[in-house]
Amino acid sequence: MSAEPAIKIVKQDKAKRKQSTGKQQLRVVIVGHVDHGKSTLIGRLLYDTDSLPEGKVEEIEAICKRRGTDVVEWSFVLDAFQAERDQAVTIDSTQIWFSTDNRDYVIIDAPGHREFLKNMISGAAAADAAILVVDGAEGVQEQTRRHAYLLHLLGLQQIAVVINKMDLVNHDTEAFENVSREVREYLGSIGVTPRFIIPISARNGDMIASRGESMGWYSGKTLIEVLDSFENAALPVSRPLRFPVQDVYRFQGKRIIVGRVESGILRKGDRLMFSPGNEEATVTSLEVWPEDDDKVEARPGEAIGITLDQRLFVERGHIGSHTKNPPMLSNVFRASIFWLSQKPLKVGNSYKIRFGSHEAMVTVQSIDKVIDTQDLADQSDKSEVKRNTVAEVTLRARDLLPIDPYSDNERLGRIVMYQGYDIAGGGVISMEGYADQRRRKAPKSENIHKVEHLLNHDVRAKRAGHRGGVFWFTGLSGSGKSTLAMAVEKALFEKGFSTYVLDGDNIRHGLNRDLGFSPKDRSENIRRIGHVAALMADAGLIVLSAFISPYRADRRRARAAAGEKYNELYLAADLDICEKRDPKGLYKKARAGEIKDFTGIDSPYEKPENPEMIIDTARQDVETCVEQIVAYIERQVALGDLSDDGKDKEQVLDYVV
Amino acid sequence: MYKYLDELEAKSIYIIREAYNRVDPMCMLWSIGKDSTALLWLVRKAFLGRVPFPLVLLDTGMEMQEVYDFRDNLIKEWDLNCINHMCPPEEDMDQTLPPATRSAMRKTEGLKSLLREHNFKGVIAGIRRDEQGLRAKERVFSPRTIDGNWDFKDQPPEFWDQYKTEFPEGAHLRIHPILHWTELDIWRYTQRENIPCCELYFARKDKKTGKMMRYRSLGEKNITFPVESPASNIEEIIHELETTNTSERAGRSMDKETEDSFERLRAAGYM
Ligand SMILES: Nc1nc2c(ncn2[C@@H]2O[C@H](COP(=O)(O)OP(=O)(O)OP(=O)(O)O)[C@@H](O)[C@H]2O)c(=O)[nH]1
Ligand SMILES: [Mg+2]
Repeated sequence: MSAEPAIKIVKQDKAKRKQSTGKQQLRVVIVGHVDHGKSTLIGRLLYDTDSLPEGKVEEIEAICKRRGTDVVEWSFVLDAFQAERDQAVTIDSTQIWFSTDNRDYVIIDAPGHREFLKNMISGAAAADAAILVVDGAEGVQEQTRRHAYLLHLLGLQQIAVVINKMDLVNHDTEAFENVSREVREYLGSIGVTPRFIIPISARNGDMIASRGESMGWYSGKTLIEVLDSFENAALPVSRPLRFPVQDVYRFQGKRIIVGRVESGILRKGDRLMFSPGNEEATVTSLEVWPEDDDKVEARPGEAIGITLDQRLFVERGHIGSHTKNPPMLSNVFRASIFWLSQKPLKVGNSYKIRFGSHEAMVTVQSIDKVIDTQDLADQSDKSEVKRNTVAEVTLRARDLLPIDPYSDNERLGRIVMYQGYDIAGGGVISMEGYADQRRRKAPKSENIHKVEHLLNHDVRAKRAGHRGGVFWFTGLSGSGKSTLAMAVEKALFEKGFSTYVLDGDNIRHGLNRDLGFSPKDRSENIRRIGHVAALMADAGLIVLSAFISPYRADRRRARAAAGEKYNELYLAADLDICEKRDPKGLYKKARAGEIKDFTGIDSPYEKPENPEMIIDTARQDVETCVEQIVAYIERQVALGDLSDDGKDKEQVLDYVV
Repeated sequence: MYKYLDELEAKSIYIIREAYNRVDPMCMLWSIGKDSTALLWLVRKAFLGRVPFPLVLLDTGMEMQEVYDFRDNLIKEWDLNCINHMCPPEEDMDQTLPPATRSAMRKTEGLKSLLREHNFKGVIAGIRRDEQGLRAKERVFSPRTIDGNWDFKDQPPEFWDQYKTEFPEGAHLRIHPILHWTELDIWRYTQRENIPCCELYFARKDKKTGKMMRYRSLGEKNITFPVESPASNIEEIIHELETTNTSERAGRSMDKETEDSFERLRAAGYM
């Protein structure tokens, strides 16, 4: 008989448990490939911060002993199912609480096994920030990529990476650098810049709550410090009001419309409009319990009731807004989706969708892209979307739906798709290339008729060997727009692509000679460039435009002009760095007051919210940036299979009317 | 005070209203403890003072007298419609289960007979993720098979506040509006909103030992025990929770009988 194995725990300096601060919580999801140590990481984080309930460590030790392991499996703190412990794999996601001096956290453990992707999404969709765990010995694996891609699709902006199991690679810097590069490359290709990359050993607790002794060469933040550097999302108070109706109650003769304010502020006395019916009425009271006459406004997230001065036909699913800035109305939209059902999504199939409380039946009009999350290639088989894949689809409804694209409203711009009783998929809405059907504006001149071209873009693209496209570089002065655009143009040209750069010099001197720098003129400047770029792209050119283009609204118009050919490339370099570079001495002049309305100094720059690509020009050299951009453009303009379904034509028509 | 509670509260109200709109007929389990009483408060907020579905106490006859008294008072004061549903006797339970687990199983069987009798399609329950590792993995809308079983290895996806609210005939839903609250949140909320709670939570001197004892969680007499604690009012309870980390279920014997006893209970339909 062998003696009972002793359970080893590598001890770290133990912090005393922090009290709950009672401040706003931050939800962080831990994702990554199966077995890369996500649950272990969380278990150890709780242990090192003294956050486990009394007796938990002893309980886990006893279980480990009984199960015959000689190290503590911290994952058992989370993996509570017997099946999870037996197979050493997380099946379902879980949530657990802990606090630092700064705030309270909800940590969400997600399963890494491919089979449980639906559970990973259930966990990740609730998070404000994410930690991507990569095994330092195994490097980037299939689910590392898929999870990263999904985080991006789910709209998570704050992502940090930990390279785990550093003890298995002798805490070696080179191993760390290699895996870091691999991760960074993949993330870069989907437009994600990780905030931090940290080497850790989850099992031993190195670089989690304390630094440990094995990786003196690393001088960056520990995991806890990284968590504390994340930010809570700001409430969308300044967005247009959205109040989806959840239910209508009749209490004591009062008709109370209940729902949750998703964005904007709803006030007593506001004139509201309910889409898609478009009836209007004025809010006479906000109803809460216990009764409160002082309740005159409700902010995003609040679940309230209202009464109106008129009896409108309002029911669950209608969306209340102010009369200005209502949602769009459309019976067709595009969505980037993930599909979870065993039964593939197919063109021509109908599904129930929900966004907010609105429910509708839609038919899949086309599958526009099926993306292999491993190499990001567009799959050639577009007849169906299989389980656990991502795709871009066009969906059509019978009636007009009150729609907000995801770029305008994160909470309502996302859909869940049902198949039978089950949630089968989800995704985010894009209205690129589609016009609001609420107010079909009459064309300015009755005499302009759209001429049907006998050639279409696909035919031209076939001849040229590549598609046309607009690649819209945006960023502060000095962020590298012209430098990169010129270098990319040269690289593409040398590879045999037809390409052209639009920038200040060739536009301001001719086409836009009549425009100055007032906000109105700036806006008009960009509007014209957007249309020129769209035309050139339609003619088959790869157009690179290099303008600061600081306003979202302007860029949105450029996007609308070029439809799906538009790609926004955000050159992320903050003001400090650009001002230090100051290649043309402009910042100096602006600071001295010699130039007025200089973007970043006394005129705002509105960062892209959903660029196709973010290029970190602050930290990467020009060559790396050029390589990334060229690779991206090549993918976008590749011929793939050119469809004959007339999709391009329809989009143009939708836009022109 | 504690602004973050507004967010938790709004989410719960949203879930409760969602359940009321989608699931009919429905009831709410009210165990008279702090969680389901706070939940009851949230229900009243959701329906502006009303409770538009019946409350149910799954009665084993083994609750403590203070619990029954507290219930009777609140029913009168808040004008509640409460069904007192008797659970089947312990002799009818699976005899292979350890004793405390077996006793807890009575509630499960009681729930099944309740569903059979009233044909409820949904049951609202006040469980929280932080109570126990298995509950941490629950869904807000959790479907149960016809015999009440929880298929925890294959739970439906649930995200962006969109829930699975339809299911085949015969099955039912468990709805968990306070899944995202912690014990500390509940006490802070109980204090902030001035919600009544049963006196057993407050420390009293034990006549035999002279020690200050209180209940962390309320359950049947035979399987729930008070723990040593000086906290004799809500402020002190909050302070205690902020500064110590004993497990809330420390006073529940069934959790400790075997590694998987709670899992077996829950898979078979226990709350
Ligand atoms: N040597 C070493 N092993 C580790 C480390 N972190 C985790 N492990 C081991 O890796 C194995 C997998 O760990 P888990 O935490 O279960 O992995 P996971 O990522 O949660 O896996 P899934 O949830 O199933 O995707 C366990 O045996 C851990 O003990 C580490 O830093 N060093
Ligand atoms: Mg795990």
